[in-house]
Amino acid sequence: MSALLEVKGLQVHYGGIQAVKGIDLDVHEGELVTLIGANGAGKTSTLNALSGLLKPAAGSITFAGQPLAGMPVHQLITAGLALVPEGRGVFPRLTVAENLAMGAYVRADQAEVRKDLDRMFGLFERLHERRDQKAGTLSGGEQQMLAIGRALMGRPRMLLLDEPSMGLAPLMVQKIIAVIRQVAAEGMTVLLVEQNARLALQAAQRAYVMEGGRISFSDTAHACLNDPRVRAAYLGE
Amino acid sequence: MDIFLQQVINGLVQGSIYALVALGYTMVYGIIELVNFAHGEVVMVGALVSLSVIERLAARGYSGWTVIVIGLLLAVPACIALGLGIERVAYRPLRKAPRLAPLISAIGVSIALQQLAALIWGRNYLHYPDILPKTQYAIGGAVISEVQVVILIAAAVLMAGLWILVQRTRLGRAMRASAQNPAVAGLMGVDVNRIIATTFAVGSGLAAVAGALVGAYYNVGNHTMGFLLGLKAFTAAVLGGIGSLGGAMLGGLLLGVIENLGAGYMGKLTDGAVGSNYSDVFAFLMLVLVLVLRPSGLLGERGIEKV
Repeated sequence: MSALLEVKGLQVHYGGIQAVKGIDLDVHEGELVTLIGANGAGKTSTLNALSGLLKPAAGSITFAGQPLAGMPVHQLITAGLALVPEGRGVFPRLTVAENLAMGAYVRADQAEVRKDLDRMFGLFERLHERRDQKAGTLSGGEQQMLAIGRALMGRPRMLLLDEPSMGLAPLMVQKIIAVIRQVAAEGMTVLLVEQNARLALQAAQRAYVMEGGRISFSDTAHACLNDPRVRAAYLGE
Repeated sequence: MDIFLQQVINGLVQGSIYALVALGYTMVYGIIELVNFAHGEVVMVGALVSLSVIERLAARGYSGWTVIVIGLLLAVPACIALGLGIERVAYRPLRKAPRLAPLISAIGVSIALQQLAALIWGRNYLHYPDILPKTQYAIGGAVISEVQVVILIAAAVLMAGLWILVQRTRLGRAMRASAQNPAVAGLMGVDVNRIIATTFAVGSGLAAVAGALVGAYYNVGNHTMGFLLGLKAFTAAVLGGIGSLGGAMLGGLLLGVIENLGAGYMGKLTDGAVGSNYSDVFAFLMLVLVLVLRPSGLLGERGIEKV
């Protein structure tokens, strides 16, 4: 089976530095894969190349058999790729309901959109309670849920999550991870980019470990959790 | 005659024109944080295009509001095309440039449009033909003319329409989202460049109507008329809180009323030392005061509805 997302020999330059030095990475339909690594390992540059914010210096990115390079950002969601950006990026002065509606911006099937909206409110009860509140008034965790819900409203084939645990209280982090697992269990393909390696490895099936712009290690998440090198470098043991 | 009421009426009429123009400033600022200094010139072009149409129709013996409406039917598309052109040529290439660059570009466009208008329409004041009814209605010791009534109604309808567009439609939601976070709006599938262009188009359409109304109201126009009007409308936008739609509307009306009250009472207050021709002083004095006491404008910051 060919991968849904296939990255080959990707190199990305950022601010005069070669941030990504030729990586291979693939995610198959229905998988929950994580990309972990320390700050500055090249995770964000990789993601920015995927979403078209940075132009790859070399290599190829293929999504559902289609090259992503050169695709304008606003066509990603139509291609089936939804990115939940680092820092959540909710629209602070739109209401919760309006934020979710923005996620379905490109969809024309209004009846189905309404159903999905109800589904999101079922999945995220807090959002339902606050549907008419401005998103900027939500807590960080609620905003993260909103950002994930909003991305799902576009009915993507794949979800890219950039540091969803960042800046959240431990309890909220657990909730977010539970949501990501649930979404994945329902069949969504997910690439989870995380600095919190332990968390990401507990949720994911497979993992890529990034270090100095290269993939230093890749295996099943379970194997990574038990690998002495990963344990020493990323799990603080 | 009730001077106070009369000045309030005149102020609301003038203020609703300011408000229509101020909306164009505030919408563009809301979405790309640029003060579009060429916006006043778009109003001027709207006024002069409609004037040209009205003159020709009047020469053939047509009169009444139908003539103004036909003028608008040409002025609005002309200004929309102009606004889109300005954005495309003068601002879009500078989207990622330092903030001073598009500002200078805006001033350049403004000067260029004034000179272009001088070439087309000449440098003299052009007078509108006498085609509108002179009917006046008495209300509580003051009078309001039919022209004033039409301006008030037209402005109210347009502002209500804009409010619905921005708050209740998919396009409006995309406009607000793009103003708040263009990068993420892009991820949602919004073509932000198109939204920006649409914002210019809407603002320029309103400017065209404002231009035609201002011409019909004061009966004169020339290639420099956009400058002071634009400056006043920008003042109104800042007064209300730039980026805020409600602020532009409130700021416009308030500025119109203050200016007219100032003009009405200036002579009395200063015992004839200065007269009503100093009314502009009131407008800008008000701006200075608001900026000192509330730098974000009356409706700025909190409750802001950026577009």
